[in-house]
Amino acid sequence: MSDQTSPAAPHTVTRVARTPAANEEPYLEVNDLHVQFPTADGVVKAVQGLSYSVPLRRTLAIVGESGSGKSVSSMAVLGLHDRRVARITGSIKVGGQDVVSMSDKELEKYRGGDASMIFQDPQSSLHPYFTVGDQIMESYRAHHNVSKRKAKERAVDMLGRVGIPNPRRRVDQYPHEFSGGMRQRAMIAMALVNDPKLLIADEPTTALDVTVQAQILDLIADLQRDFGSAVVFITHDLGVVAEIADDILVMYAGTAVEHGPVNKILGEPLHPYSWGLLESIPALTGEPAPLHPIPGSPPSLLAVPSGCPFHPRCEFKDRVPDDLCRTLRPELISRTADLGRTSRCHLKDPDRVFETDVLPRLP
Amino acid sequence: MTAATTPARSGVKSVEGAPLLELDNVKMHFKTKGEGFLSRGTKWVQAVDGVDLTLKPGETLGLVGESGCGKSTTARLITRLLEPTGGEIRYQGVDIAHMNERRLRPYRREIQLIFQDPYSSLNPRHTVGTIVGTALRTHDMVDKKGELARVQELLELVGLNPEHYNRYPHEFSGGQRQRIGIARALAARPKIIVADEPVSALDVSIQAQVMNLLENLRKELGIAFVFIAHDLGVVRHFCDRVAVMYLGRVVEEGPRDSLYNAPQHPYTQALLSAVPDIAVVRGVPPKNRIRLVGDVPSPVDPPSGCRFRTRCWKAQDICATNDPALEEKAPAQRVACHFAEPPVESIVAEVV
Amino acid sequence: MLLYILKRVLSAISVVIVTLVASFALFFLAPTDPAGVICGPRCTPERVADIKASLDLDEPPLQQIGAYMKGIVVGRDFEAGGTTQHCAAPCLGYSYTLGQPVTKLLAAALPVTVSIVIGGAVVYLIVGVLAGTIAAQVRGTTLDKAVVGTTLFVQSIPYFVVALLVALYATFLPQSGYHPFFDNPLTWASGLLAAWLCVGLTNAAAYTRYSRASMIETLGQDFVRTATSKGISRRRVVYRHGLRAGLTPVVTIFGIDLAFQLTGAIFTESIFGLPGLGQLTLRAFGQYDLPVLLGGVLVGSVVLVVMNLVVDIAYTFLDPRVRLG
Repeated sequence: MSDQTSPAAPHTVTRVARTPAANEEPYLEVNDLHVQFPTADGVVKAVQGLSYSVPLRRTLAIVGESGSGKSVSSMAVLGLHDRRVARITGSIKVGGQDVVSMSDKELEKYRGGDASMIFQDPQSSLHPYFTVGDQIMESYRAHHNVSKRKAKERAVDMLGRVGIPNPRRRVDQYPHEFSGGMRQRAMIAMALVNDPKLLIADEPTTALDVTVQAQILDLIADLQRDFGSAVVFITHDLGVVAEIADDILVMYAGTAVEHGPVNKILGEPLHPYSWGLLESIPALTGEPAPLHPIPGSPPSLLAVPSGCPFHPRCEFKDRVPDDLCRTLRPELISRTADLGRTSRCHLKDPDRVFETDVLPRLP
Repeated sequence: MTAATTPARSGVKSVEGAPLLELDNVKMHFKTKGEGFLSRGTKWVQAVDGVDLTLKPGETLGLVGESGCGKSTTARLITRLLEPTGGEIRYQGVDIAHMNERRLRPYRREIQLIFQDPYSSLNPRHTVGTIVGTALRTHDMVDKKGELARVQELLELVGLNPEHYNRYPHEFSGGQRQRIGIARALAARPKIIVADEPVSALDVSIQAQVMNLLENLRKELGIAFVFIAHDLGVVRHFCDRVAVMYLGRVVEEGPRDSLYNAPQHPYTQALLSAVPDIAVVRGVPPKNRIRLVGDVPSPVDPPSGCRFRTRCWKAQDICATNDPALEEKAPAQRVACHFAEPPVESIVAEVV
Repeated sequence: MLLYILKRVLSAISVVIVTLVASFALFFLAPTDPAGVICGPRCTPERVADIKASLDLDEPPLQQIGAYMKGIVVGRDFEAGGTTQHCAAPCLGYSYTLGQPVTKLLAAALPVTVSIVIGGAVVYLIVGVLAGTIAAQVRGTTLDKAVVGTTLFVQSIPYFVVALLVALYATFLPQSGYHPFFDNPLTWASGLLAAWLCVGLTNAAAYTRYSRASMIETLGQDFVRTATSKGISRRRVVYRHGLRAGLTPVVTIFGIDLAFQLTGAIFTESIFGLPGLGQLTLRAFGQYDLPVLLGGVLVGSVVLVVMNLVVDIAYTFLDPRVRLG
């Protein structure tokens, strides 16, 4: 199964420092996005008023727990929701064209062309009955009017570019003949075969082992440099975010609660939910500190709490006067002198609360 | 709740001075049919191949490794859901590796398993009271009158509302379901809990809640844990000692701090260096990373000599011919490598 | 693969032999005396003895089985009414009530039944899979509910009622009857049309439901979402990616079904007057024609094991993950 490559010298990688945020034109612009699913039990409000943007050559990580709306919103960006089931409002502009108002025909042309997606589980996301090459070729031929032979050349080329040894032989194999890491590489080859300007990666390494995850993260970073695409990286792993992202968007109960450059949001977050996440992760270094988990569980999307959706689990809500947290939904705005970042919280001085109350508890 | 240390329960024998649990050269080879047209001989998947481990009372031993390394099979061997094909599993000095079901029964009570998936490991048609109560009855823990009271006590112990004993699993969230699983394991008042990826199916915030619960139970009840996880941070947080497995073998084992700060086996070093660390954004310099090439070889036909050699940058000729034994290379730290040495630079960067 | 097929064929042969021996044993263990039944109400002990001798019923059972098996391999001679008839290998015995070798009877009846079953299968596979796939795509809508409702209705009517209705009312269809395919394919088809429609439409209800359930599951799979994300048309997603995987369980059911239908086409044959296997064995049953019954059992069990083998081999073509060995 595995291609035995001779073990190389200690292959060490040091990541290059990120370029600072440039004032680039956004390639993906999501504005006041709502996604709702009417069900027999009521309306599931999966995404409520989400706005963000990503320019080319940058990576935005969307972080949140299950049910936070991170996957649902990203599927909407690719126009993958069944419109008979999902109610989608707001706007999603990709390279100037609005995805929400596209016709079915326009959507087909858009999906997999300008924008493509990598999914979490490469085992179930590849069709078990078709060869890997077949699946990549299909993607290519859906957007390019070329012969089968040309498409196959392209598939072989792509497999080579994503680091699959022996691509000429591998192209005719079935997914089950690939290892987990190789399958995800094949998925990536398929997603990039049409040179998309926007790549959405939905937990692409969650199902993989940590050494394979490291390979895939390197690969995505390298390919992004080559292809110059905008990347939306969905994950629940803050460690992965720290490695791969330029910006981060923290989601909770269908809305963004914090947004900004990754070192700022992870270094000194301003939202109690972000604090809770950081305090829930056991550290790999230093003296093991006790964990301070967020109490309770995420709300049901059928009945999202009033005001700030996080207030029932927030330990700082008493510091906001007038019961505001329960009654008024805070806006996603800049809360400090730093205008490059926004958060959705009523606390007057979140930076000071973080310094005095949260930081000492972090490992 | 001091009952976990109740001495000499009926049916459980013990040898003076023996450790609580000892795995001695344990092997689990699964039979598999040969693939292809002519090679029709049966082949063996060497899921676990010669594992030595010991566990003292109240201790927590972490088992880490990537998929296919044999850590989950080891969990099923310790709890004797599987019968090993070789070696001994000694509980307080008594070999339980090949005991029949009837003689094993008292030992089953002593060693309990918590599963990864809180969704599929609870019977959806039984109430929580029935699930925990069945565990109590199976091991004759209480008489019929005391059953409900004990169920409620256990639910409270794991942080659930004791009044919810008549609810069904689907009425609980993932984290709460994992708590039910823990209550079920505690019902037998075990001395050892084997936890197989107990938090990996849970969201980060819920994961921390369950970790804290397990930690409190360990402190209060003095239960020893074999804690299996692929998340190295979680294992570091919970365990006193950690064993790293690769292709059915333990390649390195030692006290937590020495293993994380000065790993000696190349695989441990690679594994630790591959974990994305959030500390990078807090001023910690990015670590030098070792990238392993290729995939884990098949356990049907593992490499000769050292099993890691096909992916190891230190490999020499000797690695192909001589299988390195698990030997003590630093105080209490055992390593199975011909070229074991601490890394030149620290793998996990220290906060400056 | 070849080795696997060889292994399977050997095991199939042993299954057929066991079935034969078991059926033999059942006839002999039964409290009824076959000779007595054949002899009828006005019977004399002499006649019973005659019948027994002519049917070899006076020999020990083991010897009878031996002779039967031997007949399959090398052929056999029968004495009837003073003349000796040779029955060439593979000889399955001689029907005294019809005065013909069983092989000849089966050879005449089998094509009729096979024609009915295969033609019916074509109808219900096309109708069922198509209706099921369409219903799965519009799941929950009025159209879907109508399809499911219709299948429930059709399935709740006893089959012979449907067959009778078709036979009585579908007079616009060509007169039914069996004409060998090789004589004239056109008359062959027109004579069987009514039977095909009857078998096809009733079974289509079940196949609609199998395909619908299977397609609903498949369309929810991750790889279907991946296919959609590539930008290919919805039709291609459903029929290339979805149907390919969704058909696999339907094929399994179909293989087993087909074998059962071959032996259970009695109603269809009787109502449409087609001289098939069902009619033959039914008549043999009434007249206690042991050799013909055994022949029917043999054909049935052979078809069943062959269909099982065919399904397993078809699987390897459908699903590349399945490797036989």
